[in-house]
Amino acid sequence: MEALFLSIKLAACVSAILLVCGVPLAYWLANSQWRGKFLLESIVALPLVLPPTVLGFYLLVAMGPRGPLGRIWQAAFGHGLAFTFGGLVIASVIYSLPFAIQPLLFAFENVDRELLHASAVLGAGRLRTLWRVILPLSVPGVITAIVFSFAHTIGEFGVVLMVGGNLPGITRTVSIDIYDHVQSLEYAQASRLSLALLGMSFTVLAIVYGMNRKVGRRLWAPWAAKQDARC
Amino acid sequence: MRLTGRIFFLAVLLGSASAALPQSPEIRVAAAADLKFAMDELAKQFEKQKGAKVNVTYGSSGNFLAQIQNGAPFDLFFSADMDYPKKLEAAGLAEPGTLCEYAIGRIVIWTPVDANVDVTKEKWAALLKPEVRKIAIANPDHAPYGRAAAAALKNARIYDRVKSKLVYGENISQAAQFVQSGNAQAGVIALSLAISPGMADGRRWEIPPDEYSLLEQGAVVLTSGKNKLQARQFLELVKSAEGRATLKKFGFAVPAVQPPPAGKR
Repeated sequence: MEALFLSIKLAACVSAILLVCGVPLAYWLANSQWRGKFLLESIVALPLVLPPTVLGFYLLVAMGPRGPLGRIWQAAFGHGLAFTFGGLVIASVIYSLPFAIQPLLFAFENVDRELLHASAVLGAGRLRTLWRVILPLSVPGVITAIVFSFAHTIGEFGVVLMVGGNLPGITRTVSIDIYDHVQSLEYAQASRLSLALLGMSFTVLAIVYGMNRKVGRRLWAPWAAKQDARC
Repeated sequence: MRLTGRIFFLAVLLGSASAALPQSPEIRVAAAADLKFAMDELAKQFEKQKGAKVNVTYGSSGNFLAQIQNGAPFDLFFSADMDYPKKLEAAGLAEPGTLCEYAIGRIVIWTPVDANVDVTKEKWAALLKPEVRKIAIANPDHAPYGRAAAAALKNARIYDRVKSKLVYGENISQAAQFVQSGNAQAGVIALSLAISPGMADGRRWEIPPDEYSLLEQGAVVLTSGKNKLQARQFLELVKSAEGRATLKKFGFAVPAVQPPPAGKR
Protein backbone atom coordinates (compact mmCIF):
# COMPACT_ATOMS: atom_id res chain seq x y z
CA MET A 1 0.00 0.00 0.00
CA GLU A 2 2.99 2.26 0.59
CA ALA A 3 3.66 2.06 -3.15
CA LEU A 4 0.09 3.07 -4.00
CA PHE A 5 0.30 6.14 -1.79
CA LEU A 6 3.66 7.04 -3.28
CA SER A 7 2.16 6.85 -6.76
CA ILE A 8 -0.75 9.05 -5.73
CA LYS A 9 1.63 11.56 -4.14
CA LEU A 10 3.79 11.60 -7.28
CA ALA A 11 0.77 11.99 -9.55
CA ALA A 12 -0.63 14.81 -7.41
CA CYS A 13 2.69 16.70 -7.51
CA VAL A 14 2.99 16.18 -11.25
CA SER A 15 -0.56 17.30 -12.10
CA ALA A 16 -0.18 20.36 -9.87
CA ILE A 17 3.08 21.36 -11.56
CA LEU A 18 1.67 20.65 -15.00
CA LEU A 19 -1.41 22.74 -14.29
CA VAL A 20 0.63 25.72 -13.12
CA CYS A 21 3.11 25.52 -16.01
CA GLY A 22 0.67 24.12 -18.56
CA VAL A 23 -1.92 26.93 -18.51
CA PRO A 24 0.51 29.71 -19.50
CA LEU A 25 2.28 27.45 -22.02
CA ALA A 26 -0.97 26.33 -23.64
CA TYR A 27 -2.27 29.92 -23.56
CA TRP A 28 0.83 31.09 -25.35
CA LEU A 29 0.62 28.25 -27.88
CA ALA A 30 -3.04 29.04 -28.53
CA ASN A 31 -2.46 32.73 -29.15
CA SER A 32 1.06 33.13 -30.48
CA GLN A 33 1.53 34.22 -34.07
CA TRP A 34 5.16 33.12 -34.08
CA ARG A 35 6.07 31.22 -37.24
CA GLY A 36 8.25 28.68 -35.48
CA LYS A 37 5.45 27.74 -33.10
CA PHE A 38 5.00 24.35 -34.75
CA LEU A 39 8.50 23.40 -33.56
CA LEU A 40 7.56 23.99 -29.94
CA GLU A 41 4.28 22.14 -30.45
CA SER A 42 6.23 19.18 -31.80
CA ILE A 43 8.56 19.19 -28.81
CA VAL A 44 5.63 19.30 -26.39
CA ALA A 45 4.01 16.33 -28.18
CA LEU A 46 7.21 14.26 -28.32
CA PRO A 47 6.58 12.20 -25.16
CA LEU A 48 3.39 10.92 -26.86
CA VAL A 49 5.37 9.11 -29.52
CA LEU A 50 8.74 8.45 -27.90
CA PRO A 51 8.94 5.14 -26.07
CA PRO A 52 9.63 5.42 -22.34
CA THR A 53 12.93 3.68 -22.95
CA VAL A 54 14.19 6.66 -24.96
CA LEU A 55 13.04 9.15 -22.34
CA GLY A 56 14.35 6.97 -19.53
CA PHE A 57 17.71 6.55 -21.20
CA TYR A 58 18.13 10.29 -21.88
CA LEU A 59 16.99 11.15 -18.37
CA LEU A 60 19.38 8.64 -16.80
CA VAL A 61 22.29 10.18 -18.69
CA ALA A 62 21.08 13.77 -18.17
CA MET A 63 20.67 13.21 -14.43
CA GLY A 64 24.14 11.69 -14.07
CA PRO A 65 27.10 13.71 -12.79
CA ARG A 66 28.20 14.42 -16.36
CA GLY A 67 24.70 15.39 -17.56
CA PRO A 68 23.25 18.93 -17.52
CA LEU A 69 20.34 18.20 -15.15
CA GLY A 70 22.57 16.28 -12.77
CA ARG A 71 25.15 19.07 -12.63
CA ILE A 72 22.61 21.79 -11.90
CA TRP A 73 20.91 19.67 -9.23
CA GLN A 74 24.24 18.71 -7.68
CA ALA A 75 25.28 22.35 -7.46
CA ALA A 76 21.94 23.38 -5.96
CA PHE A 77 21.21 20.54 -3.56
CA GLY A 78 24.49 18.70 -3.10
CA HIS A 79 23.20 15.33 -4.24
CA GLY A 80 22.33 13.59 -7.48
CA LEU A 81 18.90 13.58 -9.08
CA ALA A 82 18.49 9.93 -10.03
CA PHE A 83 16.91 7.64 -7.40
CA THR A 84 15.17 10.59 -5.69
CA PHE A 85 11.53 11.60 -5.51
CA GLY A 86 12.45 14.96 -7.07
CA GLY A 87 14.02 13.13 -9.98
CA LEU A 88 10.85 11.13 -10.52
CA VAL A 89 8.75 14.30 -10.43
CA ILE A 90 10.91 15.92 -13.13
CA ALA A 91 10.83 12.78 -15.25
CA SER A 92 7.06 12.44 -14.89
CA VAL A 93 6.41 16.11 -15.67
CA ILE A 94 8.24 15.66 -18.97
CA TYR A 95 6.59 12.32 -19.64
CA SER A 96 3.06 13.58 -18.96
CA LEU A 97 3.47 17.07 -20.47
CA PRO A 98 1.42 16.43 -23.65
CA PHE A 99 -1.38 14.91 -21.60
CA ALA A 100 -1.82 18.24 -19.86
CA ILE A 101 -1.05 20.55 -22.78
CA GLN A 102 -3.18 18.96 -25.49
CA PRO A 103 -6.57 19.23 -23.71
CA LEU A 104 -5.75 22.77 -22.50
CA LEU A 105 -4.66 23.84 -25.96
CA PHE A 106 -7.75 22.33 -27.55
CA ALA A 107 -10.00 24.09 -25.06
CA PHE A 108 -8.25 27.48 -25.36
CA GLU A 109 -8.31 27.39 -29.15
CA ASN A 110 -12.02 26.71 -29.15
CA VAL A 111 -12.96 29.77 -27.13
CA ASP A 112 -14.94 32.15 -29.32
CA ARG A 113 -12.60 34.92 -30.51
CA GLU A 114 -15.50 37.41 -30.39
CA LEU A 115 -15.67 36.98 -26.64
CA LEU A 116 -11.98 37.77 -26.31
CA HIS A 117 -12.40 40.91 -28.41
CA ALA A 118 -15.42 41.92 -26.36
CA SER A 119 -13.44 41.40 -23.18
CA ALA A 120 -10.61 43.56 -24.51
CA VAL A 121 -13.02 46.28 -25.68
CA LEU A 122 -14.55 46.35 -22.22
CA GLY A 123 -11.14 47.14 -20.83
CA ALA A 124 -10.02 43.78 -19.42
CA GLY A 125 -6.32 43.01 -19.54
CA ARG A 126 -4.97 39.73 -20.87
CA LEU A 127 -4.67 38.16 -17.46
CA ARG A 128 -8.21 39.14 -16.51
CA THR A 129 -9.49 37.81 -19.82
CA LEU A 130 -7.70 34.53 -19.18
CA TRP A 131 -9.11 34.33 -15.69
CA ARG A 132 -12.68 35.50 -16.32
CA VAL A 133 -13.36 34.40 -19.89
CA ILE A 134 -10.99 31.73 -21.20
CA LEU A 135 -10.62 29.54 -18.13
CA PRO A 136 -14.34 29.43 -17.22
CA LEU A 137 -15.11 28.40 -20.80
CA SER A 138 -12.32 25.82 -20.69
CA VAL A 139 -13.27 24.06 -17.45
CA PRO A 140 -13.78 20.68 -19.15
CA GLY A 141 -10.36 21.01 -20.79
CA VAL A 142 -8.72 21.94 -17.49
CA ILE A 143 -10.33 18.99 -15.70
CA THR A 144 -9.33 16.66 -18.52
CA ALA A 145 -5.76 17.95 -18.35
CA ILE A 146 -5.56 17.40 -14.58
CA VAL A 147 -7.08 13.95 -14.74
CA PHE A 148 -5.06 12.78 -17.73
CA SER A 149 -1.74 13.92 -16.29
CA PHE A 150 -2.67 12.35 -12.95
CA ALA A 151 -3.74 9.07 -14.51
CA HIS A 152 -0.83 8.95 -16.91
CA THR A 153 1.63 9.44 -14.04
CA ILE A 154 -0.03 6.69 -12.00
CA GLY A 155 0.32 4.39 -14.99
CA GLU A 156 3.92 5.32 -15.68
CA PHE A 157 6.32 2.39 -15.66
CA GLY A 158 9.24 2.41 -18.08
CA VAL A 159 10.72 5.78 -17.15
CA VAL A 160 10.39 5.12 -13.41
CA LEU A 161 12.00 1.72 -13.86
CA MET A 162 14.94 3.29 -15.65
CA VAL A 163 15.71 6.21 -13.34
CA GLY A 164 14.03 5.24 -10.05
CA GLY A 165 16.28 2.64 -8.48
CA ASN A 166 13.32 0.95 -6.79
CA LEU A 167 13.63 2.52 -3.33
CA PRO A 168 10.68 1.71 -1.04
CA GLY A 169 8.76 4.85 -0.13
CA ILE A 170 10.86 7.03 -2.43
CA THR A 171 10.79 5.67 -5.94
CA ARG A 172 9.02 2.30 -5.72
CA THR A 173 5.73 3.31 -7.32
CA VAL A 174 2.78 0.98 -7.54
CA SER A 175 3.51 -0.09 -11.13
CA ILE A 176 7.08 -1.04 -10.14
CA ASP A 177 5.82 -2.81 -7.04
CA ILE A 178 3.40 -4.88 -9.12
CA TYR A 179 6.20 -5.75 -11.54
CA ASP A 180 8.42 -6.82 -8.63
CA HIS A 181 5.70 -9.04 -7.20
CA VAL A 182 5.25 -10.72 -10.57
CA GLN A 183 9.02 -11.16 -10.83
CA SER A 184 9.12 -12.75 -7.39
CA LEU A 185 6.21 -15.01 -8.41
CA GLU A 186 4.03 -13.43 -5.70
CA TYR A 187 0.98 -13.43 -7.92
CA ALA A 188 -1.48 -12.96 -5.05
CA GLN A 189 0.05 -9.63 -4.00
CA ALA A 190 0.43 -8.58 -7.62
CA SER A 191 -3.22 -9.20 -8.37
CA ARG A 192 -4.35 -7.45 -5.18
CA LEU A 193 -2.44 -4.30 -6.10
CA SER A 194 -3.48 -4.54 -9.73
CA LEU A 195 -7.11 -4.82 -8.75
CA ALA A 196 -6.81 -1.78 -6.46
CA LEU A 197 -5.24 0.19 -9.31
CA LEU A 198 -7.84 -0.97 -11.80
CA GLY A 199 -10.69 -0.01 -9.49
CA MET A 200 -9.18 3.37 -8.70
CA SER A 201 -8.46 4.22 -12.33
CA PHE A 202 -11.94 3.27 -13.44
CA THR A 203 -13.55 5.27 -10.64
CA VAL A 204 -11.54 8.38 -11.43
CA LEU A 205 -12.28 8.18 -15.16
CA ALA A 206 -15.96 7.44 -14.55
CA ILE A 207 -16.26 10.48 -12.28
CA VAL A 208 -14.65 12.73 -14.86
CA TYR A 209 -16.59 11.49 -17.85
CA GLY A 210 -19.75 11.39 -15.83
CA MET A 211 -19.38 14.96 -14.66
CA ASN A 212 -21.66 17.27 -16.52
CA ARG A 213 -19.79 20.09 -18.20
CA LYS A 214 -22.38 22.48 -16.90
CA VAL A 215 -21.66 21.35 -13.36
CA GLY A 216 -18.03 22.34 -13.85
CA ARG A 217 -18.93 25.74 -15.18
CA ARG A 218 -21.48 26.34 -12.47
CA LEU A 219 -18.87 25.57 -9.84
CA TRP A 220 -16.20 27.71 -11.45
CA ALA A 221 -18.11 30.91 -12.14
CA PRO A 222 -19.07 31.88 -8.56
CA TRP A 223 -15.67 30.85 -7.26
CA ALA A 224 -13.80 32.93 -9.83
CA ALA A 225 -16.10 35.86 -9.18
CA LYS A 226 -15.33 35.66 -5.48
CA GLN A 227 -11.60 35.56 -6.16
CA ASP A 228 -12.03 38.49 -8.51
CA ALA A 229 -13.91 40.55 -6.00
CA ARG A 230 -11.10 40.03 -3.53
CA CYS A 231 -8.43 41.39 -5.90
CA MET B 1 -14.58 -1.74 -45.17
CA ARG B 2 -13.46 -2.72 -48.64
CA LEU B 3 -9.97 -1.40 -47.96
CA THR B 4 -9.75 -3.36 -44.72
CA GLY B 5 -10.81 -6.43 -46.61
CA ARG B 6 -8.08 -5.94 -49.15
CA ILE B 7 -5.44 -5.39 -46.50
CA PHE B 8 -6.59 -8.51 -44.74
CA PHE B 9 -6.40 -10.48 -47.99
CA LEU B 10 -2.89 -9.15 -48.61
CA ALA B 11 -1.81 -10.08 -45.09
CA VAL B 12 -3.13 -13.62 -45.54
CA LEU B 13 -1.33 -13.88 -48.86
CA LEU B 14 1.97 -12.68 -47.40
CA GLY B 15 1.55 -14.94 -44.40
CA SER B 16 1.01 -18.04 -46.50
CA ALA B 17 3.89 -17.08 -48.81
CA SER B 18 6.34 -16.82 -45.93
CA ALA B 19 5.04 -20.06 -44.45
CA ALA B 20 5.75 -21.83 -47.73
CA LEU B 21 9.41 -20.79 -47.70
CA PRO B 22 11.83 -23.46 -46.50
CA GLN B 23 12.73 -22.64 -42.92
CA SER B 24 16.33 -22.76 -41.81
CA PRO B 25 16.49 -24.35 -38.38
CA GLU B 26 16.43 -21.78 -35.62
CA ILE B 27 16.47 -22.09 -31.87
CA ARG B 28 15.07 -19.55 -29.49
CA VAL B 29 17.02 -19.04 -26.31
CA ALA B 30 16.00 -17.13 -23.21
CA ALA B 31 19.14 -16.14 -21.33
CA ALA B 32 19.82 -14.28 -18.09
CA ALA B 33 21.12 -10.73 -18.53
CA ASP B 34 24.59 -11.57 -17.19
CA LEU B 35 25.16 -13.93 -20.15
CA LYS B 36 24.95 -11.20 -22.78
CA PHE B 37 28.48 -11.36 -24.08
CA ALA B 38 29.24 -15.02 -23.44
CA MET B 39 26.02 -16.20 -25.08
CA ASP B 40 26.56 -14.03 -28.17
CA GLU B 41 29.87 -15.77 -28.64
CA LEU B 42 28.46 -19.27 -27.98
CA ALA B 43 25.63 -18.63 -30.43
CA LYS B 44 28.17 -17.64 -33.07
CA GLN B 45 30.16 -20.83 -32.45
CA PHE B 46 27.03 -22.95 -32.76
CA GLU B 47 25.92 -21.23 -35.95
CA LYS B 48 29.35 -21.90 -37.45
CA GLN B 49 29.34 -25.58 -36.42
CA LYS B 50 25.74 -26.57 -37.12
CA GLY B 51 24.45 -23.86 -39.41
CA ALA B 52 21.40 -23.40 -37.20
CA LYS B 53 20.52 -19.87 -36.18
CA VAL B 54 20.41 -19.07 -32.48
CA ASN B 55 18.07 -16.27 -31.45
CA VAL B 56 18.92 -15.11 -27.95
CA THR B 57 16.64 -12.94 -25.83
CA TYR B 58 18.27 -11.47 -22.73
CA GLY B 59 16.35 -10.49 -19.64
CA SER B 60 15.68 -11.20 -16.01
CA SER B 61 15.33 -14.89 -15.15
CA GLY B 62 12.20 -14.31 -13.07
CA ASN B 63 10.54 -12.61 -16.00
CA PHE B 64 11.42 -15.51 -18.28
CA LEU B 65 10.06 -17.99 -15.76
CA ALA B 66 6.70 -16.21 -15.74
CA GLN B 67 6.68 -15.99 -19.53
CA ILE B 68 7.60 -19.64 -20.04
CA GLN B 69 4.94 -20.73 -17.56
CA ASN B 70 2.51 -18.80 -19.70
CA GLY B 71 3.56 -20.39 -22.96
CA ALA B 72 6.41 -18.26 -24.29
CA PRO B 73 7.87 -20.09 -27.32
CA PHE B 74 11.47 -20.62 -26.18
CA ASP B 75 13.45 -23.79 -26.88
CA LEU B 76 16.06 -23.32 -24.20
CA PHE B 77 16.30 -21.39 -20.95
CA PHE B 78 19.57 -20.29 -19.34
CA SER B 79 18.69 -19.00 -15.91
CA ALA B 80 20.87 -17.01 -13.51
CA ASP B 81 20.08 -19.51 -10.76
CA MET B 82 19.11 -23.16 -10.25
CA ASP B 83 15.68 -22.59 -8.65
CA TYR B 84 13.85 -21.35 -11.72
CA PRO B 85 14.86 -24.23 -14.02
CA LYS B 86 14.02 -26.63 -11.19
CA LYS B 87 10.58 -25.04 -10.89
CA LEU B 88 10.03 -25.56 -14.62
CA GLU B 89 11.13 -29.17 -14.35
CA ALA B 90 8.78 -29.74 -11.42
CA ALA B 91 5.94 -28.20 -13.44
CA GLY B 92 6.61 -30.56 -16.33
CA LEU B 93 7.65 -27.73 -18.62
CA ALA B 94 11.24 -28.97 -19.03
CA GLU B 95 12.41 -31.96 -21.07
CA PRO B 96 13.27 -34.67 -18.54
CA GLY B 97 16.97 -35.10 -17.88
CA THR B 98 18.06 -31.83 -19.48
CA LEU B 99 18.36 -29.79 -16.27
CA CYS B 100 22.03 -29.01 -15.70
CA GLU B 101 24.33 -26.49 -14.09
CA TYR B 102 26.32 -24.70 -16.80
CA ALA B 103 28.12 -21.84 -15.05
CA ILE B 104 28.80 -20.14 -11.73
CA GLY B 105 28.44 -16.39 -11.55
CA ARG B 106 31.16 -14.23 -10.00
CA ILE B 107 30.55 -10.82 -8.44
CA VAL B 108 32.76 -7.76 -8.17
CA ILE B 109 32.63 -4.30 -6.69
CA TRP B 110 32.94 -1.97 -9.66
CA THR B 111 33.61 1.77 -9.77
CA PRO B 112 34.15 4.10 -12.72
CA VAL B 113 37.81 4.79 -13.48
CA ASP B 114 37.51 8.42 -12.35
CA ALA B 115 36.02 7.50 -8.95
CA ASN B 116 37.52 9.02 -5.81
CA VAL B 117 37.90 5.62 -4.21
CA ASP B 118 40.21 2.81 -5.24
CA VAL B 119 38.26 -0.36 -4.79
CA THR B 120 41.22 -2.53 -5.82
CA LYS B 121 43.05 -1.43 -2.64
CA GLU B 122 40.29 -0.48 -0.23
CA LYS B 123 37.95 -3.37 -1.08
CA TRP B 124 34.85 -3.38 1.19
CA ALA B 125 35.96 -0.20 2.95
CA ALA B 126 35.53 1.71 -0.30
CA LEU B 127 31.76 1.33 -0.01
CA LEU B 128 31.76 3.01 3.41
CA LYS B 129 33.42 6.18 2.17
CA PRO B 130 31.25 9.30 1.96
CA GLU B 131 32.27 9.78 -1.69
CA VAL B 132 30.23 6.69 -2.45
CA ARG B 133 26.71 8.02 -2.04
CA LYS B 134 24.80 5.36 -3.95
CA ILE B 135 25.62 1.68 -4.44
CA ALA B 136 23.83 -0.16 -7.22
CA ILE B 137 22.89 -3.82 -6.80
CA ALA B 138 20.27 -5.99 -8.49
CA ASN B 139 16.98 -6.36 -6.65
CA PRO B 140 17.60 -9.03 -3.97
CA ASP B 141 13.89 -9.89 -3.91
CA HIS B 142 14.04 -11.66 -7.23
CA ALA B 143 17.44 -11.28 -8.93
CA PRO B 144 20.01 -13.96 -8.02
CA TYR B 145 22.88 -11.48 -8.30
CA GLY B 146 21.03 -9.14 -5.97
CA ARG B 147 20.70 -11.93 -3.41
CA ALA B 148 24.41 -12.71 -3.71
CA ALA B 149 25.35 -9.03 -3.36
CA ALA B 150 23.19 -8.61 -0.26
CA ALA B 151 24.58 -11.84 1.24
CA ALA B 152 28.17 -10.72 0.60
CA LEU B 153 27.51 -7.31 2.17
CA LYS B 154 26.01 -9.02 5.23
CA ASN B 155 28.91 -11.43 5.40
CA ALA B 156 31.34 -8.48 5.34
CA ARG B 157 29.30 -6.97 8.20
CA ILE B 158 28.68 -3.68 6.40
CA TYR B 159 25.13 -4.28 5.12
CA ASP B 160 23.49 -2.18 7.85
CA ARG B 161 25.92 0.66 7.30
CA VAL B 162 25.45 0.81 3.52
CA LYS B 163 21.74 -0.12 3.39
CA SER B 164 20.65 3.50 2.98
CA LYS B 165 23.00 3.87 0.00
CA LEU B 166 21.63 0.92 -1.95
CA VAL B 167 19.65 1.40 -5.14
CA TYR B 168 18.09 -1.54 -6.90
CA GLY B 169 18.31 -2.44 -10.56
CA GLU B 170 15.58 -4.57 -12.05
CA ASN B 171 18.28 -7.02 -13.10
CA ILE B 172 22.06 -7.11 -12.89
CA SER B 173 22.39 -5.33 -16.22
CA GLN B 174 20.41 -2.37 -14.97
CA ALA B 175 22.45 -2.22 -11.77
CA ALA B 176 25.51 -1.97 -14.02
CA GLN B 177 23.85 0.86 -16.02
CA PHE B 178 23.20 2.82 -12.82
CA VAL B 179 26.88 2.87 -11.91
CA GLN B 180 28.25 3.12 -15.45
CA SER B 181 26.12 6.23 -16.09
CA GLY B 182 27.57 7.77 -12.91
CA ASN B 183 24.26 7.97 -11.07
CA ALA B 184 25.61 5.50 -8.51
CA GLN B 185 29.27 5.71 -7.48
CA ALA B 186 29.80 2.00 -6.97
CA GLY B 187 28.04 -1.22 -7.81
CA VAL B 188 28.12 -4.87 -6.86
CA ILE B 189 27.72 -6.44 -10.28
CA ALA B 190 28.53 -9.53 -12.30
CA LEU B 191 32.15 -9.99 -13.35
CA SER B 192 30.82 -10.91 -16.80
CA LEU B 193 29.45 -7.38 -17.15
CA ALA B 194 32.42 -5.68 -15.47
CA ILE B 195 34.77 -7.01 -18.15
CA SER B 196 32.40 -6.18 -21.03
CA PRO B 197 33.58 -3.56 -23.55
CA GLY B 198 31.73 -0.61 -21.98
CA MET B 199 32.95 -1.26 -18.44
CA ALA B 200 36.35 -2.90 -18.76
CA ASP B 201 38.14 0.43 -18.12
CA GLY B 202 36.60 0.78 -14.64
CA ARG B 203 38.17 -0.46 -11.40
CA ARG B 204 36.97 -3.73 -9.94
CA TRP B 205 37.63 -6.05 -7.04
CA GLU B 206 36.29 -9.56 -7.09
CA ILE B 207 34.45 -10.61 -3.96
CA PRO B 208 35.92 -13.94 -2.85
CA PRO B 209 33.45 -16.74 -3.74
CA ASP B 210 33.41 -18.09 -0.17
CA GLU B 211 31.76 -14.87 1.06
CA TYR B 212 28.37 -15.58 -0.49
CA SER B 213 26.44 -18.65 -1.54
CA LEU B 214 27.47 -19.93 -4.97
CA LEU B 215 25.68 -18.37 -7.91
CA GLU B 216 25.01 -21.66 -9.62
CA GLN B 217 23.27 -21.12 -12.93
CA GLY B 218 21.07 -23.79 -14.48
CA ALA B 219 19.64 -24.46 -17.91
CA VAL B 220 16.82 -26.63 -19.28
CA VAL B 221 15.43 -27.60 -22.67
CA LEU B 222 11.77 -26.63 -22.73
CA THR B 223 8.92 -28.93 -23.73
CA SER B 224 7.11 -26.07 -25.44
CA GLY B 225 10.02 -25.52 -27.86
CA LYS B 226 9.75 -26.40 -31.54
CA ASN B 227 13.34 -27.34 -32.07
CA LYS B 228 14.34 -29.65 -29.23
CA LEU B 229 17.05 -31.51 -31.12
CA GLN B 230 19.06 -28.41 -31.92
CA ALA B 231 18.33 -27.04 -28.45
CA ARG B 232 19.92 -30.16 -26.92
CA GLN B 233 22.90 -29.82 -29.24
CA PHE B 234 23.37 -26.19 -28.25
CA LEU B 235 23.22 -27.11 -24.57
CA GLU B 236 25.86 -29.81 -25.23
CA LEU B 237 28.10 -27.18 -26.85
CA VAL B 238 27.75 -24.93 -23.81
CA LYS B 239 28.76 -27.81 -21.52
CA SER B 240 31.64 -28.95 -23.76
CA ALA B 241 35.28 -28.01 -23.15
CA GLU B 242 34.94 -25.34 -25.82
CA GLY B 243 31.82 -23.88 -24.26
CA ARG B 244 33.36 -23.90 -20.80
CA ALA B 245 36.41 -22.06 -22.11
CA THR B 246 34.15 -19.40 -23.62
CA LEU B 247 32.21 -19.01 -20.36
CA LYS B 248 35.48 -18.65 -18.43
CA LYS B 249 36.75 -16.06 -20.88
CA PHE B 250 33.63 -13.98 -20.33
CA GLY B 251 33.82 -13.92 -16.55
CA PHE B 252 32.15 -17.07 -15.27
CA ALA B 253 33.44 -19.97 -13.24
CA VAL B 254 32.39 -23.38 -14.51
CA PRO B 255 31.15 -26.32 -12.47
CA ALA B 256 33.40 -29.35 -12.02
CA VAL B 257 32.93 -31.83 -14.85
CA GLN B 258 30.10 -34.11 -13.91
CA PRO B 259 30.85 -37.84 -13.89
CA PRO B 260 29.39 -39.74 -16.86
CA PRO B 261 25.80 -40.75 -16.07
CA ALA B 262 26.33 -44.52 -16.59
CA GLY B 263 26.91 -46.16 -13.20
CA LYS B 264 30.71 -46.16 -13.03
CA ARG B 265 31.92 -45.94 -9.48
